[in-house]
Amino acid sequence: MTTAQDTTTTKSPVAAPTRGSRFTGAVANYLDERTSISGITKELGRKIFPDHWSFMLGEVALYSFIAILLSGTFLTFFFEPTMTQVHYEGSYVGLKGIEMSAAYASTLDISFDIRGGLLMRQVHHWAALLFVAAIGLHMLRVFFNGSFKKPRELNWVIGFVLFILAMGEGFTGYSLPDDLLSGNGLRIIDGMVKGIPLAGTWISYLLFGGEFPGTAIVPRLYSLHILLLPAILVAALGLHLLLMVINKHTQYAGPGRTNDNVVGVPIMPNFAAKAGGFFFVVFGVIVLISSFFTINPIWNYGPYDPSPISAGTQPDWYIGFADGGLRLVPPGLEFVLWGHTWSFNIILPLIVLGLFIVLVAIYPFLEAWITGDKREHHITERPRNAPTRTAIGAAGVTFYAVLWAAAASDILATHFHLTIEAVTHSLQALLILGPIIAYLIAKRVCLALQKKDREIALHGYESGRMIRLPGGEYHEVHQPLDDYERWRLVDYVDYKPLMIRPDARGRISPVQRVRAVLSRWFFEDRISPATRAELESGEGHH
Amino acid sequence: MAQHDGDKATAAGSELEAVSPRTVSTGTAVATTGGAFENPGMPPHSPRATDLDPRKDKTAERRVGLLFLFSIVGSVFAIVAYIIFPIVPGDLSSVRVNNMLLGVGISVALLAIGLGAIYWAKNLMKDGEWEEHRHPTRGSEDTRAAAVEVFTLGNEESGFGRRSLIRNSLIGALVVSPLPAVVMFRDLAPAADPVALLKETLWEKDVRLMRDPANTPVKASEVTLGSVFQIIPENLAGREDFLEQKAKAAVLLMRLKPEDLHVSPERADWNYQGIVAYSKICTHVGCPVALAEQHTHHLLCPCHQSQFDISHEAKVIFGPAKRPLPQLPITVDAQGYLVARSGFHEPVGPSFWERS
Repeated sequence: MTTAQDTTTTKSPVAAPTRGSRFTGAVANYLDERTSISGITKELGRKIFPDHWSFMLGEVALYSFIAILLSGTFLTFFFEPTMTQVHYEGSYVGLKGIEMSAAYASTLDISFDIRGGLLMRQVHHWAALLFVAAIGLHMLRVFFNGSFKKPRELNWVIGFVLFILAMGEGFTGYSLPDDLLSGNGLRIIDGMVKGIPLAGTWISYLLFGGEFPGTAIVPRLYSLHILLLPAILVAALGLHLLLMVINKHTQYAGPGRTNDNVVGVPIMPNFAAKAGGFFFVVFGVIVLISSFFTINPIWNYGPYDPSPISAGTQPDWYIGFADGGLRLVPPGLEFVLWGHTWSFNIILPLIVLGLFIVLVAIYPFLEAWITGDKREHHITERPRNAPTRTAIGAAGVTFYAVLWAAAASDILATHFHLTIEAVTHSLQALLILGPIIAYLIAKRVCLALQKKDREIALHGYESGRMIRLPGGEYHEVHQPLDDYERWRLVDYVDYKPLMIRPDARGRISPVQRVRAVLSRWFFEDRISPATRAELESGEGHH
Repeated sequence: MAQHDGDKATAAGSELEAVSPRTVSTGTAVATTGGAFENPGMPPHSPRATDLDPRKDKTAERRVGLLFLFSIVGSVFAIVAYIIFPIVPGDLSSVRVNNMLLGVGISVALLAIGLGAIYWAKNLMKDGEWEEHRHPTRGSEDTRAAAVEVFTLGNEESGFGRRSLIRNSLIGALVVSPLPAVVMFRDLAPAADPVALLKETLWEKDVRLMRDPANTPVKASEVTLGSVFQIIPENLAGREDFLEQKAKAAVLLMRLKPEDLHVSPERADWNYQGIVAYSKICTHVGCPVALAEQHTHHLLCPCHQSQFDISHEAKVIFGPAKRPLPQLPITVDAQGYLVARSGFHEPVGPSFWERS
C-alpha cells in the first residue's frame, strides 16, 4: 500500500526507494557481495515452467516428502529405537503392565501421552503412503508421455532409484514400532532372506544380529531409516531436480509450442506462487486426513510376539506387489539338490520381481535401442501416439496390479464369498494372461484414438446439426477445427520402422536383424498424423 | 516448423542429428516430415475477468487477503486447541479430540495459505504465456573441446596414462581398500554358527507343553475334540532369549478322532490318543500358521495361504509351502500332563540353504 502512495507522490523519473525496498536492496546487496547470488537469480528467476495438471504429480511427491521430514523429525525426539523389554506404564489402559520393547512403548507414548504426537505419527504415515503413491503416478505419467526419452534417460533412472528408496524408507519405518503387524512383516523378510541360496542364512543372521527377532533389528533399521536412506534420498532428489532444471521441463504439443522452446509461466512470481501454494495445499490435505482417519493403530495389534498373528494381515500398499508374488507361487517349488535346499517358492518371486523392476529401470535404453532414435525430445507424446509403448505400459500396470491384488487374496475371498483356492488360481492365470490381454486392448484403443484424431483433424467435429440437401439426402454438418485446435492433434513425430542396411563390409549382422524386427513391431501400425495436403484434397468431400 | 530457427546451431533435436561427427548408424529412426501442418504460433491471449473489471480485481485481492487472515485464525485455533483440550490419561476420547482439533487448526492454516497463493497467482499476477528458447543439452563444440583439453592436460601433467606402474598400483590399492570394511560386518552377529541354532529348539524329552501365554501345563484330558491350544515349552519362561526361542518353539496342539488320523508307521507313538502337536511356524517364510479349521482339520497360514492337513501329518494341500509342518512327538508324564517325547526331528520354520 505504501508503495503505491509513495510512487504517486514522487514525480521524478526514478522513484525514490521506499523503506521496504531500501531494506530489500540492502539485504540483496549484502548477500550478493558474499555469494554472487545475483547471477543465479538472473539465470533462474524468470525460468519458464510449462503448466499441466499431470506435471503436479512429481510436485505432490516432493511436498509430501517435506511433510515426512518435518513430522519425522518431531517423532525422533520421542521415539526410543531399542528393543529393551519394559513394562508399559503409560496411559493406554488396554496394554498396562504388559511387557514390550521400549520401541513399542515409546510409540504408544507418542500416541497417547504427547499432545499432537498421534497427529504427527499419522501425518508421517499418511504422507509416506502418499509419497510412494505420487512417485508411482509420476513415473506412470513420465512413462506414458515418453518423457523419459533423450535427454532425460538418466533422470528416469534417478527417479527410479528414488522410488526404490521411498519403498525402502517405507518398509524400514513401518518396522520400527515393533508391533505385532510389523514384526510379522519382518518375519516374512527373514524367511525370504533365508531362502536366498548360499548366503541367505548368514545374511539373515547378520541383519538381525543373531537369531530372529533378536534385539538389534529396530536400532539398525532406525539408523537406516533416519540417516542413511534419507541422506541418499535427498542427494538423489537434488540431482533429479537439478537435471530437470538443466533439461528444462517437457511440454505438451500445442500452438506455439515447439521442440525448441518452453511455453509457460516464469518462476518469479507466478510459478513460485502456484507451486509454493500447492505445497501448503498438499501439506494441509495430509494434516486434514490425519486429523480424521486413523492409520496404523499399533495399540490394537499389541507388541510383537512370534506366535500370534491376526487374520487378514496386510503390508502397506506399496509392499503389496512383493507379498502378492509370494502368494501366487505355484505349489511344491522346493528341492534338495547337491545337499542343499533350494527354495524356489522364494527364489522364483524374487527373480520375477527383480526382472520386472530392472525392466522398469532400463526401459528408456531398450526403447532407444529399438527405435534407434538419438534426437532430443521435449514435446511429451500423447499415449495414443505411441501405441506399442502404451500397450507395454498397460501390460506392466496389469502385471503389477494382479500381484497387488494377490496381496489381498484372502480379503477378496472373504468379501466376495469365494474360496481362497479359486481366488489364487484365478490370479495366477490372470498374472500371465492379464498383461497379454491388456497389451492387445491398449494397442487397439490407441490406434482407434489415433484414427479418431485424424478424422477430427481433417473433417472437424460432429456438430449434431443435420441438414437436408436439395436431392433429399440428409447430411450432418461437421464443425471444422481452427488452426490452433488442429495443431494439438497433428503435432507428433511420425516414425517409420528401421530399414536394414548392410554395414561397411556389406554384411547385415544378426543384431541388426533383431533390431529391425523389434523396430517393425514397435512402429508398424502407427498412424501418421494428418497433413495439410490431405486436408486440402479432402475438402469438398463432406 | 520451429518459430525460433534464428539460432545458428542446429536446434535441439529438431532434425536428424546430422551435426554429429559420427557416421549415421543404420539404427537412426526415420522420421517422415513431408506435408505436415505449420505450427500456427501462439493463440491470441484472452484476458481474465480481473484484467477487465477493476472491481473484480479488488474483490479477488480481498479474497486472497481474507484467506491469509483465515490461515492466522487456523493457527491460533490450533494453539488454543493444544492448550484447552489436553490428553486425559486413560481417556481415549480425549486423545481423539486433541488429535482432531489440533489437526483441523493446522490444516486450515496450511490450506488457506496454499489456496490464497494459488488464487493470487491465477487471478491477479500477470497473466500470459511466456516463451523461452531451449538450447541443445550438449555443450557447444568449443566448450566440449575445452573440456577434452582439461582431461588431456590432466593426463599429460600427471602422467596417469604414461606411468602404468603408478596407475595400476593405485587402482589395485583402491579396489582392495574397502575390504576391511566388509570384514567388519562379521560382528553384526554373534560368533556362534547360525546353522546349528536354526536346527535346534527348546523341545526335548519330558519338556512339558504349556499354554501360551498363561504358561500352565496341559492335561491330556483337557484337550477335547476340536479344541486348539497355543503351546510353548516349559523351559521357555524367564529366558534371556525368550522371543528367539519362542519364534522357533511355538506349537499348535489339537485332538482329532483317532480314526481321522492317518499316521505313518514310524510316527505311530508320536500322538497321544489322537492328540497331536505341530510346529506353528510356516515352512514357507515363517509366519505363524494361526488359523485352524475344525471340520476339515486344516491349518491355514494367514500370510500367504499355505494350507496344511493335520489328519495327514500336516502335509501341504495348498499354497506356496512345500514341506509339511514338523511334528512334535508327545506323550503324558506321571501326573497326566502332556510332555514332549523328544525334540523335533527336523528343523522348524522356513527353509534355509544348509537345512538338508
